[in-house]
Amino acid sequence: MNKKFVLGIYDDEDVLLAAIENIRAAGTKIYDVFSPYPVHGIDDVLGIKRSRLPIVAFFGGLAGMSFALWMQIWMMGFDWPMIIGGKPHIALPSFIPVTFELTVLFSAFSMVIVFFIVSNMKPSLKVNVFDKRSTDDKFVMAIEVKEGATDMEALNNLLRSNGAIEVNEKEVVK
Amino acid sequence: MTEERLIISRKTNNKFFLMIAVGVILLIAGIIFMAAGGGADHGEGHGEAAAAGHEAASWTKRLFVNLWLNNVYFTGIALIGTFFVAVQYVSYAGWSVLVNRVALALSYFLPIGGVVMLLVFLFGGHDIFHWTHDYLYDLNDERYDPIIAGKSPYLNTAFFLIRMVLYFALWIWFSMWLRKESMNEDLNGSTNYYHKSIRISAVFLVIFGITSSTAAWDWVLSIDTHWFSTMFGWYVFASWWVSGLAAITLTVIILKQNGYLKMVNANHLHDLGKFVFAFSIFWTYIWFSQFLLYWYANMPEEAIYFIERLGGNGGHYKWIFFFNLIINFVLPFLVLMTRDSKRQMIMLKIVMIAILIGHWFDFYLMMMPGTLRTDAGIGFIEIGTALIFLGVFLLAFTKGLSKASLVPVNHPFLEESVHHHV
Repeated sequence: MNKKFVLGIYDDEDVLLAAIENIRAAGTKIYDVFSPYPVHGIDDVLGIKRSRLPIVAFFGGLAGMSFALWMQIWMMGFDWPMIIGGKPHIALPSFIPVTFELTVLFSAFSMVIVFFIVSNMKPSLKVNVFDKRSTDDKFVMAIEVKEGATDMEALNNLLRSNGAIEVNEKEVVK
Repeated sequence: MTEERLIISRKTNNKFFLMIAVGVILLIAGIIFMAAGGGADHGEGHGEAAAAGHEAASWTKRLFVNLWLNNVYFTGIALIGTFFVAVQYVSYAGWSVLVNRVALALSYFLPIGGVVMLLVFLFGGHDIFHWTHDYLYDLNDERYDPIIAGKSPYLNTAFFLIRMVLYFALWIWFSMWLRKESMNEDLNGSTNYYHKSIRISAVFLVIFGITSSTAAWDWVLSIDTHWFSTMFGWYVFASWWVSGLAAITLTVIILKQNGYLKMVNANHLHDLGKFVFAFSIFWTYIWFSQFLLYWYANMPEEAIYFIERLGGNGGHYKWIFFFNLIINFVLPFLVLMTRDSKRQMIMLKIVMIAILIGHWFDFYLMMMPGTLRTDAGIGFIEIGTALIFLGVFLLAFTKGLSKASLVPVNHPFLEESVHHHV
C-alpha cells in the first residue's frame, strides 16, 4: 500500500521547534521529524513520551543478579562442592565480582534486545528516506496525507507560514 | 545575568550558635558522665567484659579521638569544595557554573580545620596515634616495635607536622587563589581569569592527587600503624568526595528552597544527583576491592583490620560495619536509580542527609577500633563534638557564601549553565 506524505523542509533549528509547536497546536498530526543531529527539546515539543527502557534495564539486571547468585550457589554449594582457600562452599564475597558482571551484562543485553524488538529493527527492515538532505543540513518534517480528508492547500500554507523553505510531496511504498 | 547575594540573617546565625551551644552542653555532660562513672554512657555496656584486659580509655582520649574524627571529616568536605571547582575548570564544564560558588565557599573552613588539627595533634597525639610513643623506637626498651621503627623515616613527629602544615598551606593557598580569580572575574569580566583558573586548577589537581592520598595515610591509616593498604588513599578520597558532593547538593537544595539560586533547575540537580549516585557506587567499589583481597588471602597481619571491625572487639563494631554499607551503598543505589528521584528536591535532600551521616560513620569506623577499641560508643561526647563542628563549619561556610554573588556573573560558560538541559 502506498502512503503519501507532505514534507516541510526547514533550515533553522529554532524555526523548526516553533513550527512543530504551532502545527501541533493547529491540530495537525506530525508523522515524524528528521534531523541531521539531535535537537535539544525536540522530544518535548513533539510530545514524545520518555522511553520506558530503564525499567527493562532494572529487571534485566535483577534477572542477571539472581541468575549469577543461583548459578554460583548451586555449582559451588550443591552440584560440585569444592574447598577453595579454606573458605566455606558458599562464600558470598567471592561471588560478588561474577554477580556484578552478570548483572551488568543482562541489564545491557536486555536493553539492546528489547530496543530492537520495540523499534522493529530486523534484518529485513526497509527504511524510506524522505529527503536525503535530512542527513546533511536540512530538517524534514513529514505529515501523513489522508486521501480526501487532508486539505492540501491549507497544509501547504500552514507549513510555509511557519517558516518552511520548501514543501514537497512524496509517495512511499510500504 | 543578575547578581544574587545571599543574606544570612541574624536568626540563621543564632541557629548555628545554638547548635554549637547545644554541642558544648552535650559534650560537657558527656565528659562529666565519663569522668564520674568511668564510661557509663557508652552503648548498652556490651563489650565491657572484653575490655578487662586493658585500662578503660579516659575521657580525654575519647575527646581527642572525636575531635580528630570530626576534623578530618569536615576538612575533607571543605577540601572537596576546591577539588570540585578545579575539576569543573579543567574539564571545561559548563553545566556546573551556577553551583560553583557553593563549592568554592566550602573551603572557608580549611584554615579552622588546619588550626584544630595542629592543636589536637600536639595535645592529643599520643591518645590517637600509637606510633608517636618514643619507647617504640628505643632498642633497649622491651616495648620496642621493629615494624613501627622500620616506618620511622616517614612516620615521625617532625615530618608528620611538616607534612600537615604543608598540606594545609597548599590547600588554603590554592583555594584562596581560585576564589580570588573568580571574584575578580565578577568585577572586571574578562576571559583571562577563566583561563588562568584552568591553569591553577590543573596544578592543584596534581597536588591534590598526592596530598589527599598521603594525608589519608597520615591522618587515618597511621592509626592502625601495623596495618597497611595500598587502596587507602583512594578509599578516604572516595569517602570525602561523596560527602563533599552530598554537601554541595544539599546546600544547593536548601538555598533553592529559600528562594536563592533561581536559575538552578531540575537539570542541574539531576546532574548533581548523578554525581552522588555514581560516586556512591565508586566508594563501594573501592570498599569492596579492599575487603575482598584481605578476606580472600586471609593473612593475619592484613585481615586483623576487618576482624577488629567484625567479630573482634566483642562484636562492638559489627552493626556499624553493615550499617555503613547499607546507608552508603544500598540506600543511594536504590533510591537515586530513577530519574525522578534525582530531579525532585525532597528525595534528593533525604538521601544527601543520609549520605552525610553515613560517611561520618565511615570515618568513625576507620578511627575508633584502632584507638578506643571496646570503649568507643555513640554518646553525648560524639554527638556534642559533631554538633560543635557542624555549627562552626556552617558559620564559616555561610560567611564565605555571603561574601560574593551566588551567580558568577562574568563566567564565560554562565549562559550555557543557565540553559543546561539533560
